[in-house]
Amino acid sequence: MMKHSSEQLAWLIRRHGVEMTHVSGGSHIGAVLSVADIVAVLYADVMHVDPENPKWEGRDRFILSKGHAGASIYAALAESGFFPVEELKTHYQNGSRLSGHVSHHLPGVDLSTGSLGHGLSVGAGMAYALKKDGKMGQRVYVVVGDGECNEGSVWEAALFANHFRLNNLVAIVDHNHMQSLDFNENTLEIEDFASKWKAFGWNVIEIDGNDHEELRNAFKAAKENSGKEPHKPTVIIANTIKGCGVPFMQNDILWHYRFPHKGWEYDCAVSELHKIKPEGVTDPYTPDGIANPVLPTDTDDIGNDHTFSYTWNPTYPEHMRRVEATPGEGGREHHVD
Amino acid sequence: MRDTFVRTLVEIAKKDKHIELVTGDLGFGVLKPYWEQCPDQFTNAGIAEQNMTAMAAGMALEGKTVFTYSIGNFPTLRCLEQVRNDCAYHHANVKVVCVGGGFVYGSLGMSHHATEDIAIMRSLPDMVVMAPGDLVEAEEATKAIAAYQGTCYLRLGRGGEKRIHEKIDNFQIGKAIKVHDGERFAILSAGAIFDEVQEAYNQLKEEGFNPMVYTFPTIKPIDREVIEKCARECDFIVTCEEHNIVGGFGSAVSEVMAEMRERKAYLVKVGLNDQFATKVGSQKYLRGEYQMDAKAIIEIIKRELNK
Repeated sequence: MMKHSSEQLAWLIRRHGVEMTHVSGGSHIGAVLSVADIVAVLYADVMHVDPENPKWEGRDRFILSKGHAGASIYAALAESGFFPVEELKTHYQNGSRLSGHVSHHLPGVDLSTGSLGHGLSVGAGMAYALKKDGKMGQRVYVVVGDGECNEGSVWEAALFANHFRLNNLVAIVDHNHMQSLDFNENTLEIEDFASKWKAFGWNVIEIDGNDHEELRNAFKAAKENSGKEPHKPTVIIANTIKGCGVPFMQNDILWHYRFPHKGWEYDCAVSELHKIKPEGVTDPYTPDGIANPVLPTDTDDIGNDHTFSYTWNPTYPEHMRRVEATPGEGGREHHVD
Repeated sequence: MRDTFVRTLVEIAKKDKHIELVTGDLGFGVLKPYWEQCPDQFTNAGIAEQNMTAMAAGMALEGKTVFTYSIGNFPTLRCLEQVRNDCAYHHANVKVVCVGGGFVYGSLGMSHHATEDIAIMRSLPDMVVMAPGDLVEAEEATKAIAAYQGTCYLRLGRGGEKRIHEKIDNFQIGKAIKVHDGERFAILSAGAIFDEVQEAYNQLKEEGFNPMVYTFPTIKPIDREVIEKCARECDFIVTCEEHNIVGGFGSAVSEVMAEMRERKAYLVKVGLNDQFATKVGSQKYLRGEYQMDAKAIIEIIKRELNK
């Protein structure tokens, strides 16, 4: 199997994600699109894994704690040779092993997830055991969601990892600023996020999480940090955009649950992806894109604010609203006064 | 079923300002009617079920009637000790609501299969456990737990459940509901699996069998009287649940039967056979795959009849 560059792999994750949710009616395409670059850089440039020997002891460990973005991992594993790409079509289907949330019944998956707030603790346990056994050649990478950081257990793991100086543990927060019903800051305030991690003793790197160069540099810095002994665990706060890559899905909470339906939603999602398709990669579903895509009409639900704070007008505290980032745009700034 | 719950709760909350609904960051599209109509009685506690549940206990101890809302195992197993210590032990007026009992979220994977919740909730003292079987039961159960003083667990399906009962007179916590009179054997059903039970009944009836059928919207406290009556009159009792056969509704029935000095019936439990569902798929598919759909219920009953 040809090894993909991180840019190619990220694009394939996005394309598979759109197809898999379209075919299955599955949720969480917004999260798959936000995390795609993190996962792609990890699999293409950072982690040592062996598709021929998924349980290889010398492998880096990986946990997608925000298990609802499972399609991203399935796509990355299939495109990296862990199982046939054709199996991706069975996502959500009767009898499939590709559950909506990540399942360890697939080669290359270290932990089943789906209930938030477990992954960082399990990752800390792996890192702790590896360190106890003197196996410092392997690192443990855990991707957590920013909404997931509502869970108290995330911070219990953060305390533990610092206390035991788990410098072989790298947490990556897919900080897309949104969760199930709204923006983070309209749910439970988490800013100043970086300061919180610092206060818990972690080495903090804050980057644009959809930028591969920044991701590569951050993982490099994390690796250098892990060479120091004893030292802290590293968290990479990867500022991403929910729905990144498909502009009409960006920053729109609707696409946490909605799947791209037949018609303009699917056609336009594919067309948008084809606009950013890197060289040397083939679209396995629509190799030449969609010739005459169905386009949205004035009555279609596009570019609207679907957040909880938008619909819950009567008493929603004005000061809790975000000031920037409108649905369908790529704004990353989310302030609270 | 969840829409019936939300609609009913809106009606209750409009009349009673002490009713509060707290969600663990779930209910996109579903809870909208509630937060629009009762905005001052609504809170999103974020993805933090332990805090949500203990916080609900605190609100309840200050006089509120608090419904906590989430899906699958999140409002129960995720925060079990908060349910046990802070809610049930303090007899706090917290109503734990789970959307998606059993295989409702079948395609999402094992984390979202709620198949041990009845057993675990039922083992807590001072806990009322309800699993309505259709939309009418869901509405009645919602009203009943809102009026009840103390901690309750309400296990709901999601959508697509039928309205099977015409209406229910004098619905009470702790009382089973007779659906069909009959003889020789009884089918007892708890929760949304009632769909399958009703389908199985219709086919058995066509083939000339005449079972008694009861639904148990309340699993705890269990209706001993109905179980004892069935156990005295029938050759065997079949319990149906979309749940592990260990500790669930069938076990609750078996506990009553085991303590009877004299009975005729033995027990056959239909449910998930003490395993995790590693396969995924639709609710209907998984019910078939794990032997608890109408077809499986009929097969199991015929096997007993032919013994």
